[in-house]
Amino acid sequence: MGIEEAPSGFLLTTVEDLAGYFRKGSLWPVTFGLACCAIEMMATGTPRFDISRFGMEVFRASPRQADLMIVAGRVSQKMAPVVRQVYDQMAEPKWVLSMGVCASSGGMFNNYAIVQGVDHIVPVDIYLPGCPPRPEMLLNAILTLHDQIQNQPLGANRREAAAAAEAAALDATPTSQQTGLLR
Amino acid sequence: MADDARDPKEPTGDAEVAQTHPGGDLDRPVEAAGFESLIEAKTGLGEMLAPVAGFGVTFSAMFRPTITEQYPFERVPTKPRFHGRHQLNRYADGLEKCIGCELCAWACPADAIYVEGASNSPEAQFSPGERYGRVYQINYLRCIFCGLCIEACPTRALTMTNEFELAGPTREGLIWEKQDLLAPMPVGALAAPHPMAPGATDTDYYRGEVTGTAEEQIDWVREFRPDDPTLPGAATATTAPAEQGRTR
Repeated sequence: MGIEEAPSGFLLTTVEDLAGYFRKGSLWPVTFGLACCAIEMMATGTPRFDISRFGMEVFRASPRQADLMIVAGRVSQKMAPVVRQVYDQMAEPKWVLSMGVCASSGGMFNNYAIVQGVDHIVPVDIYLPGCPPRPEMLLNAILTLHDQIQNQPLGANRREAAAAAEAAALDATPTSQQTGLLR
Repeated sequence: MADDARDPKEPTGDAEVAQTHPGGDLDRPVEAAGFESLIEAKTGLGEMLAPVAGFGVTFSAMFRPTITEQYPFERVPTKPRFHGRHQLNRYADGLEKCIGCELCAWACPADAIYVEGASNSPEAQFSPGERYGRVYQINYLRCIFCGLCIEACPTRALTMTNEFELAGPTREGLIWEKQDLLAPMPVGALAAPHPMAPGATDTDYYRGEVTGTAEEQIDWVREFRPDDPTLPGAATATTAPAEQGRTR
């Protein structure tokens, strides 16, 4: 009997909670600093802020050993395929944190050289404003992401959640057609 | 020229130069001629412990105080002038300070602010004077927290708080609307829209000469919005401390 066929309710929920707890407890980020935000990301790893309190001090040099990509800094058009490749090389399950305004939306660099938001190339799980965000802001974003991971469903529930998210995304107005500030 | 006409087989001296390598010949060990170390060589116990002497730094660090900030559990306050998220302020009687002039949007280097002004009317007076900010949006995924908007604001309507916990899962969610940015109601204030304090001009408001809600304003709100949640608080604040409504 697979996990998916287990009686709904108690068993699967408990497994989900346990898996979520372990996943969020050892979330290894990939070393991916692109600009000034990377300095704050490094500061988050220093003893003063000590990201290892959350089991995240192992910044892996190889995306194949990492769970979380912290896109720290402005993504230029030339860097975009590299970001995508690093993301593709990471093993599932994987998460993306868009750190700082440049990675999140292009920030003050609204020009032809910078990708206007890293969500154009990879799915982003959490956005972090700031220019650059202070280490506490990064920790706050990471903890918010931990909450997301803790509550992530597994198996059949996950497929249901993914289908619901996809349906919602198809119904939503595309980013390119949204007017006003969101560009 | 005489040099150009020389015999190519004649030795030029390059071979001799190449043989004497600056660090000595490659095959032979470098002779450190005339070098004497200024550090005295260790003897006895010192010589024996020399390989692990570096751990002395590690060991002594164990007796230094810990500098780790336990961030989400214990918050170290920011510096008072830290640039956190924005706040749209109000006057003491609850009218908004923003006059919809768009100077903040013009000053913004990242084009993160969007303002749409509209005219106040006797039926809906949101701010002292002629105009108020009908739409006020700040895109926190563009804002770089430089504070130029704060400098540009002519009425001190826009200021910055020390709040920095802004992370969110969607791009739409990080565009903050006017209701998200407005400061909480001051004690005894009355929610806009309501008329200005009787006899007061926008200049009086700007000079800080309006320090509370007046009876006329409360009566107006009681007439047109009798179930306004700020009404009871404003009514008790004005009646309890003997008639402190408008002090000019």
